[in-house]
Amino acid sequence: MKKLINKPEDVVREELEGIALAHPDLVKVSYDPYYIVRADAPVKGKVGLVSGGGSGHEPLHGGYVGMGMLDAACPGEVFTSPTPDQMLEATKAVNGGAGVLHIVKNYTGDVMNFEMAAEMAQMEGIEVTSVVTNDDVAVQDSLYTAGRRGVGITVFVEKIAGAAAEEGRSLAEVTAVAKKVNDWGRSMGMALTSCVVPQAGKPTFDLGEDEMEIGIGIHGEPGRKRMKIAPADEIVEMLAEPIIHDLPYKEGDQVIAMVNGMGGTPLIELYIAYRKLHHILAGHGITVVRNLVGNYITSLEMAGMSITLMKADDELIKLWDAPVKTAALRWGV
Amino acid sequence: MISKKEILAWLHRYREVLAENKEYLTGLDAAIGDADHGINMDRGFGAVEKKLDGVADKDIGTILKTVGMTLVTTVGGAGGPLYGTFFLKAGMTLSGKNELTAEDMVAALNSAIEGVKMRGKATTGEKTMLDALVPALEAMQKSVADGGDIHAALVAATTAAEEGMKATIPMLATKGRASYLGERSIGHQDPGATSSYLMLKTAAETIGVS
Repeated sequence: MKKLINKPEDVVREELEGIALAHPDLVKVSYDPYYIVRADAPVKGKVGLVSGGGSGHEPLHGGYVGMGMLDAACPGEVFTSPTPDQMLEATKAVNGGAGVLHIVKNYTGDVMNFEMAAEMAQMEGIEVTSVVTNDDVAVQDSLYTAGRRGVGITVFVEKIAGAAAEEGRSLAEVTAVAKKVNDWGRSMGMALTSCVVPQAGKPTFDLGEDEMEIGIGIHGEPGRKRMKIAPADEIVEMLAEPIIHDLPYKEGDQVIAMVNGMGGTPLIELYIAYRKLHHILAGHGITVVRNLVGNYITSLEMAGMSITLMKADDELIKLWDAPVKTAALRWGV
Repeated sequence: MISKKEILAWLHRYREVLAENKEYLTGLDAAIGDADHGINMDRGFGAVEKKLDGVADKDIGTILKTVGMTLVTTVGGAGGPLYGTFFLKAGMTLSGKNELTAEDMVAALNSAIEGVKMRGKATTGEKTMLDALVPALEAMQKSVADGGDIHAALVAATTAAEEGMKATIPMLATKGRASYLGERSIGHQDPGATSSYLMLKTAAETIGVS
C-alpha cells in the first residue's frame, strides 16, 4: 500500500511537527506528552475546551484548536485513544480558572481514558465536566452495545461550545449547550473503500470492487449492511432518511447540514451528494440554514462520506456564526 | 510467602509472554475489535520493563502502582485504563508490603477486579477480561480456604481463567467495540480474557515455585 509517510511509527510525531511549523500563530505543540494547545492558552477567565482521540481523523481534532473553538486537542496513535496523562496536561495548560470541558467521542477507550483524566484533574483542583457525543444512527443504542458512536456532531459541538466559551459563559452553561448540540444532532456514514492504518500496512476491511458499506464507523467498523454500489442520489437517500426519521427532524425545522468526506472522496462528488441532500430535506419541509461540505472528520484515505444534521434554533445559529480562527475552520475574522 | 523477587520475575516474564503472543492477541482482536490489543500490550509492558529496575528496591505496592501508572500512560485504547486500573488497585491494596501471604494475594486480586468492573462498567458474561479474572479469583479463594498453598492457588486460578477464556467464544459481546458486531461477535475468543489468562498462567509459572 502506497503512503506519503516516512516510518509508520513516526507518523503522529511528524504530523505534529508539521502542524507546529505551519500554524505558529494559532497553536503550540507539546511533544511530551503529545497535545496541541491554543497559542494564547490559558485564556484567563474563559472555560477551556479539550478534546482528543485517535489520530487519522484530521482535521479533527488538532485542526480545530484556536480562537472560538478548542483550547487543546490530544492526539493518540492512529485510531487508538490518547492516554490520561496527555489529557491531564492539556487540561492544566488550558485552565484559565473557569473550569474545563472535555469533549469525548463515544468509543470505549476514549471514554475510559477521559474519565481517568477528569478524575486526576479534579484531584488537582480543576473543575472538569464532560460531554460524550453519540450521534451515529447506524448503531443501535441499547443495553447490548457500547452505545452509539460519536462522529460528525463532534465538529459541531466543538464549534458551538467553543463560541459559547468565547462569549464568557460559565462551565455549566457551555456544557449545557454542548449537550444540546449532541442531542439535536444525528449522523450516518458510508464507505466505498477501506482505509489502511500505517502500522498495519493493509486494508482494515475487505470491500469488493463493486461493493459499499452503509453505516460505516470512522475507524472502518462494520455498518448496517454491505451492498452493491448505487448511484450517488440513492446513497444519499440511504443515509439521509434514517437520520431524518431518527430524531426525527420535522417539517418546518431548520438544520445545519454537513456532507463530510471520509478522506479519499473528491469535493466534486461531495457537492453532488450535497445537492441531493438539499433536495431530500426540502421535500420534508426542512430548511438548511448553514452547511459544511468538505473533509472535516475523516478515516485516513477511506473513500466515502457521512451526513450530519443538527436542528438549529436562533441560539445555535448565532453561536455557529460567531468568529472562529483555526487551521481547518475559519470565518468572521 | 511471596517475595518481591517473585513479583518482579512474574512481571519480567509476562512482558516476554506478551511479546511472544503479540501477533496472536492482535489477531484475536482483529476478528471482533480493532486489531491492536497485542501491539498495545506489548508497547505497555515494554515501557513497564524499563521502569522495573528503578523501583526494584521499593515495596510491592509501589512496584505494582508503577506498573499501573505506566500502562495507563502508554497503552491507550481500552486496555490502558483497564490493565492500568487493575495494577493500580492491586498496588494500593499491597501498599508498604515487602512480602505477601496467600490472603494478601486474594485481597489484591479482588480489589484489582473491582477496579476493572468499575472502570469498564462491566460484569461477567459480557465477553471481556472479567470472564477470565472473576472465575480465577473464585478458584483462588476456594483453594486458599481449603488450605492450599500459594502455588496451588495460582494453578487453580489459571485453570479457571482458561475455562473462563474459552467460555467467551460462544458469548455475545455487549461491551466495547466488539458490541458493534452484535451476533457476529459470537464464535470468537475475547482478546482481553486471553491476555488476562496469560497473566495468571505466567504468575503460576513464576510465583510459589520452589
